[in-house]
Amino acid sequence: MKLKQLLLTTAMGAAVTLGASGAIAAEVTVMSWGGAYAKSQVEAYHKPFTASTGVEVKSVDADNPAKPIKAQVEAGNVSIDVADVEFSDAVRLCDEGLLETIDASTLPDGTDGSSATDDFIEGALTDCAVANIVWSTVYAYDTTKFSGDKPTTMADFFNLEKFPGKRGLRKAAKANLEMALMADGVAAGDVYDVLGTDAGVERAFAKLDAIKDDVVWWEAGAQAPQILADGEVTMTTAYNGRIFNAAVAEDKPFEIVWDGQILDFDLFVIPKGAPNKKEALEFIQFSTGTKPLAEQAKWISYGPARKSSGPLVGKFNDGKTEMAPHMPTNAANMGNALVNSFEFWADRDTELSERFNAWLNS
Amino acid sequence: MTDTSAASLPGGSPMAESLSPTVDAPLTTVDGTPLREALHKAERQKRWRAFLLVVPLLLFVLITFVTPIAKLLQQSIYNDDFSSNMPNLSQWFVENPDSFGVPQDEAAFEALVLDLQTARENRTQGQIGTRVNYDLSGSRSLFTKSARRAARIEAPYREAILDLDKRWGEDDLWGVMRRASSAYSSSFYLKSLDLAQTPDGEIYQVDKKQQIYVDLFWRTVWMSALITGLCLLLAFPIAHMLATLPLRYSNLLMIMVLLPFWTSLLVRTTSWIALLQSQGVLNDLFVSLGLIGTEGVLTGMLDSLGMADREGRIPLMYNQAGTIIAMTHILLPFMVLPLYSVMKTIPPTYMRAARSLGATQFTAFNKIYFPQTVPGIGAGALLVFILAMGYYITPALVGGAKGTLISNIIAEAMLNWYNWSLAAALGALLLAGVLVLYWLYDRIVGIDNMKLG
Repeated sequence: MKLKQLLLTTAMGAAVTLGASGAIAAEVTVMSWGGAYAKSQVEAYHKPFTASTGVEVKSVDADNPAKPIKAQVEAGNVSIDVADVEFSDAVRLCDEGLLETIDASTLPDGTDGSSATDDFIEGALTDCAVANIVWSTVYAYDTTKFSGDKPTTMADFFNLEKFPGKRGLRKAAKANLEMALMADGVAAGDVYDVLGTDAGVERAFAKLDAIKDDVVWWEAGAQAPQILADGEVTMTTAYNGRIFNAAVAEDKPFEIVWDGQILDFDLFVIPKGAPNKKEALEFIQFSTGTKPLAEQAKWISYGPARKSSGPLVGKFNDGKTEMAPHMPTNAANMGNALVNSFEFWADRDTELSERFNAWLNS
Repeated sequence: MTDTSAASLPGGSPMAESLSPTVDAPLTTVDGTPLREALHKAERQKRWRAFLLVVPLLLFVLITFVTPIAKLLQQSIYNDDFSSNMPNLSQWFVENPDSFGVPQDEAAFEALVLDLQTARENRTQGQIGTRVNYDLSGSRSLFTKSARRAARIEAPYREAILDLDKRWGEDDLWGVMRRASSAYSSSFYLKSLDLAQTPDGEIYQVDKKQQIYVDLFWRTVWMSALITGLCLLLAFPIAHMLATLPLRYSNLLMIMVLLPFWTSLLVRTTSWIALLQSQGVLNDLFVSLGLIGTEGVLTGMLDSLGMADREGRIPLMYNQAGTIIAMTHILLPFMVLPLYSVMKTIPPTYMRAARSLGATQFTAFNKIYFPQTVPGIGAGALLVFILAMGYYITPALVGGAKGTLISNIIAEAMLNWYNWSLAAALGALLLAGVLVLYWLYDRIVGIDNMKLG
């Protein structure tokens, strides 16, 4: 009898606890890229969002948050509500019907009164995605490794005679081919026209041949500053925010070369069938507002996607580093900058990746 | 069960008494059913009960293993992204089986425009374009762009479409569309073998600069074979020692074999990176000993063998050497354990007997000991080889450019190119390769000769 009573009370207790936790469990799962970048989002978006709405934000990391979406949607088992993806992935996933559409008119106006559609940088809003930051692929070097001349141009990255040492490159065709062409003297505006021809592809690979034997290939974004810090390479391509974080927050002797940088957006998307769609939309509306976007720049050197956020960007969270010179969108850094063409890569990614892999193996 | 035993009890019950105990009458149970039948029934029940016990496992395996794999493999020959979203044009292809290249028929273009308009409404132009793009790179944007403008296209359609984009007038495109208009297609298997098809269906090998898959398959096979061989060389003496040492020493050794086995794969792999990279522990040690490096005594020799980098260090990581070293270490326990379990059962007296009968140490080993370990070698080699063929994470981390295996490109096709059909075709070929090797093993060695433990 006693045992029965015990079981009964335990079961009831458990039911009550479970029920209660179910009631307050309004939450939204956000998948991002990890590292310093995810931290900046947690600080600028997640915490204020939870504070103002009471909705818990669960932050999940991935190598590339676009990757699991297709599998999850097709299996009908979507576990993420919001994903932070690159432009080409946002368009591709949207075209394949794997994302919820987001009506741009539901986004809040900028603090300067301009409507959301005017406030966002051109190209930052698509049918299924809202951009939060502008980031870029740049190359950076270890200042202690070069005593005389310092590298200043994209061509210097490919010049092993003048600047000896190993190079780090992302193990993918994207960005490398563009950089190779720019190093070979192609103007940023012509890169995709040249790369669209067979001769242009040959030319890019020929340029990469010059450093091929001295390349250490990285895959995850966090690896690039790591191999540079380990001394495995003297220069590496990297996402600009990662290098900034290592240089400023961790005092590493790294210097970014902005010449030939490749700009890209990161956008928030909602996978089709997301379990907390309503909260997901609220989260995106909140975090892509003027203030959170400006706030994020305190944590990492990525440019906000809203024009109205620009003037609000101040100092890094160490209280002394002025952020503006570290932004990819800063005028001084835009001298020779290329905007990544999503259409080019949506079209030719497979072909050029195969070609790239064949080249790696040869 | 009790019924049958009751039948043998003489005079136990009134029923039993009524049975005449003559010899040639068929044996029956107490309730009169023939014994044979009752036994069958009992056996059947037993089998059912046993079957019910394995039902959960069977269902588990079916639902979580067989079905998903079968479905994925089906994608290697089945992809209806084009055929189901372009119904009119697909229909036209069926009705005009003899038209190759760009059709002269206005009806084909009318069907194309109609389908593009519907695609625009249903937002499927990306799917269609992606499917065609698999076979003809660069055509995805053709579909997305044309669909965007399809609503404004008016008759005559042929002219209007060719005006819109001249790529619609290419034979290759129409050949690819014809093949994609059937949901069943061999194009993914062809691609997996570095082959392609001309518009009229002829198969040819793709350009040398585009070939990757066949090379990767061969590399996967030879590297797996090499890793298996290395594992055998290293594991044989260890297993022998484990099996012959006194228990208190062998237990300690066993733990040393098992400890890495229990450690996370990622930890072991990254430790190898720390040890072997060119600024890593091993290279630093050699440099400080003055063996290698810019002023090392061996640098010149290594350089002439092509084994030193610009700083005179040995590149052991991010290449094939890295993959082979790390995978050999990780797969070693899979060789040691089956070998050990077999060697444990070989009585040491056999070797002593052989020696006392005049065999040399080598002959005794070769004729007596080694043949008895073959079942363990077979089990270990098969295990290591098959695991190595499908290994993913270690080559991805330490393989660099030339040390990656076919599984890495399968992952790339799935995750980066979103081409599941190609990934499925590559996976199916890998599976088929493993099955063929298994069959060969069975024919040559015999699968019954294998002993796992």
